[in-house]
Amino acid sequence: MKAAILVFPGINRERDMARTLKLVSGRDPAMVWHAETALPAGTDLVVIPGGFSYGDYLRCGAIAARAPVMDAVRAHAAKGGLVLGVCNGFQILCESGLLPGLLMRNAGLKFICRDVYLRVERADTPFTAGYKKNQVIRVPVAHGEGNYIADGETIAKLEGEGRVLYRYASPDGMIDPDWNHNGAMNAIAGIVSERGNVLGMMPHPENHVDAAIGPTDGRGLFAGLNDHLAKAA
Amino acid sequence: MKARVTVTLKSGVLDPQGKAIEGALRSLGVDGVTSVRQGKVFDIELAGGDKAGAEAALKQAAEKLLANMVIENYRVEVLG
Repeated sequence: MKAAILVFPGINRERDMARTLKLVSGRDPAMVWHAETALPAGTDLVVIPGGFSYGDYLRCGAIAARAPVMDAVRAHAAKGGLVLGVCNGFQILCESGLLPGLLMRNAGLKFICRDVYLRVERADTPFTAGYKKNQVIRVPVAHGEGNYIADGETIAKLEGEGRVLYRYASPDGMIDPDWNHNGAMNAIAGIVSERGNVLGMMPHPENHVDAAIGPTDGRGLFAGLNDHLAKAA
Repeated sequence: MKARVTVTLKSGVLDPQGKAIEGALRSLGVDGVTSVRQGKVFDIELAGGDKAGAEAALKQAAEKLLANMVIENYRVEVLG
């Protein structure tokens, strides 16, 4: 896996992400500054980490989405290259037009920082290959704007095409408003692009990968990606 | 030339911040408020005196960056 992590001013989860990618693939990812106009040659996974790019000014992710490096990310995605955006990374992908919809202020208006449960909706994608369908994983969230919203037509399309990969659920996998902590439409935690090569998700799987610190449920996402890319190579 | 771009949420889009402000106004004893929707105002200065050109530039600014057309509307006023 030859990963590149984008770094914008105000991002703060890039080192957690780098540590996880190294742990799973054995290879240090490249750190790519927002003003770059190209990705390192041979990049097969672009990761946009979490944080508060540009202080969340204007709208979360709005300014980062228009940074020079995003043209290179668009070109990478257009060739079918994999892109993963986590938390602020998901917001940036929505603002850049690589994913539909956007992330609104949490329904309860509070910043939420705790573990949540996600149901894996399908296992036949590069982003979920490390899990089983309907498996429930426990991963942390830390966001104030994670409430996914899109128009009815877009939601119907996402659902109809099986593009919702992760949904907020109860520990036993039930979809229940009580476990949808931010009020996201259809309890959406993570979606993929039409081609299935761009994933945006609010939770932080990169923070649950090391048994020395706690649960390791997040590891499957990265292990699945690593296996997928090893097979493709 | 001075101009103002106003960005507001489309009707039907839930506005939790507006709701919170509405609740705060009620608790302050401001009577008669039945609904609050919040938005953003951008006061912009432009070079040159071409009003039509300024309007076109501001429209571009709004659609490319200032507003997210998924949930927001915008209004451009060139104040002269």
